[in-house]
Amino acid sequence: MFALVDCNNFYASCERVFQPQFRNTPIAILSNNDGCVIARSDEAKKIGIPMGAPAFKYKAFFKEHNIKVFSSNYPLYGDMSSRVMNILKQFSPDIEVYSIDEAFLELNIFEKENLDKLGHEMRNRILQWTGLPTCVGIAPTKSLSKVANKIARKFPKETGGTFVIDSENKRLKALKWTKIKDVWGIGSRLQKRLIQQNIKTAYDFTQLPDVWVKNNFSVTELNLKKDLEGMITFTLEENHPVKKSIATTRSFENTYTDIKDIKERVATFANSCAEKLRIQNSNCNIIIVLLQGDRFDKNSNPYKNSITVTLPHTTNSSLTITKYATKAIEQLYKKGINYKRAGVIVTGLVPTDNHQLDMFARENPKHRPLMQAIDQLNKKYGDHKLKLANQDLDKTWKMRQEYLSKQYTTQFNQILIIK
Amino acid sequence: MITEALTFFTPDTQESEGAFFFDTGISCGFPSPAADFKQERISLDRELIKNKEATFFAKVSGQSMIGAGLDDNDLLVIDRSIAPSDNKIAVCFLDGEFTVKRLRVTKDGVWLQPENSDYHPIKITTENNFVIWGIVTNVIKKL
Repeated sequence: MFALVDCNNFYASCERVFQPQFRNTPIAILSNNDGCVIARSDEAKKIGIPMGAPAFKYKAFFKEHNIKVFSSNYPLYGDMSSRVMNILKQFSPDIEVYSIDEAFLELNIFEKENLDKLGHEMRNRILQWTGLPTCVGIAPTKSLSKVANKIARKFPKETGGTFVIDSENKRLKALKWTKIKDVWGIGSRLQKRLIQQNIKTAYDFTQLPDVWVKNNFSVTELNLKKDLEGMITFTLEENHPVKKSIATTRSFENTYTDIKDIKERVATFANSCAEKLRIQNSNCNIIIVLLQGDRFDKNSNPYKNSITVTLPHTTNSSLTITKYATKAIEQLYKKGINYKRAGVIVTGLVPTDNHQLDMFARENPKHRPLMQAIDQLNKKYGDHKLKLANQDLDKTWKMRQEYLSKQYTTQFNQILIIK
Repeated sequence: MITEALTFFTPDTQESEGAFFFDTGISCGFPSPAADFKQERISLDRELIKNKEATFFAKVSGQSMIGAGLDDNDLLVIDRSIAPSDNKIAVCFLDGEFTVKRLRVTKDGVWLQPENSDYHPIKITTENNFVIWGIVTNVIKKL
């Protein structure tokens, strides 16, 4: 049996653990740099704040509806997440951390009463130890455990936050209740095609002939169908592969028109990508650079463009990646536009120690020891004391975090104060 | 021209982790007489934190619990996994504020007992917005 444990409104719930006065207040969490809404409490969802709502446009709305706004506090969320995951490991050593706030567990218990009891035990332990509410769905397969979880979340009073699919009857009932858009792994494009075929629920989907699903979609959808039918086709992925691409994209604090300013930002983003590559011991061979105008500037058409650069060799050198990223910006840049956002994405990742030998094009062998030295110095002296010459030395990248709560669990000088 | 790519493995020169280097046994000279009696060094973390997933730290502000040894600016170790009961010192959230007091569970109800004669016990009623947040297990003082 599989269990899916999902924290309810995770970011908002983390804030509430340390500021219980907001237990019943609608909460909205903003993205990095306070750009837009990325998480909401149930109350905020009810009032009708959409995901992705731009913060500055909703300022009056927040105030009018007494919505408590927070900047995202990832050090706090990350620590609370690792507490939850470690507690879950006490219930089963077979765990797949699926995201910051949800995990799949494989359970070796088959007695029905025990499963329901186990689900409640998980919930209660996590709630008591960390203060975070969760929902638990237990079922014979991963995709069914997702369905069960959704039911637990939707009917808290009836289920007590735990729902087990342990009979054919329950499985069918659950699938009939589940809308096709809520099925795990069915994306928006697939959704549209299925709805055109009058496939409205997960149950309808499982009634399609195997051959038809395989021919019209792909083997992935066929696997999903079987998993929903109760045949295990998805297993736990315990070791998530290293990231396939790394991105640093940010909105600027102000809009920029001068290419010099934009180049400096892009060099900083490129450098940050290179650092992340070195941390996970990867090289990249493709760099994508994005540049966007201010989408709220009514006087100009929102400019949005990107360039993909294929490198002559794989690298994780800040010097090389920055060089190509700034070259790309020279081509993307047009005069007379208010730019608001840029980004660097590195992809085509390979392990650092596994170069394909190219006789003619190779990373300058001096770069590797140089990068190691830079990383060590920055680690020792903290916060990017050592920068590349095309980065602004005076500029420290400051995220706008107007509504930031404290890092209660990771910084000694920010712990709770109690009278 | 050879088109097939060769895969080279460069040795990792970074500091090694996870393997221990034993320098007794094989080498010449005298083996350390302490080797057979080796113990892990004392760790305050291990001593003070019994359940690390449920443990949080907080700082005391004020002297309402001075009688129990909790002074202004002392550091509290709070374990949320311990069940609250009579006589335990608890961090509570009472009407919009965190407070640390001794729990008194009697037939008449729950009281929060300060340990300072300048303060009065607080009786918890249904009117109160009240949560027991965690149980204090240790106090750390800076001298």
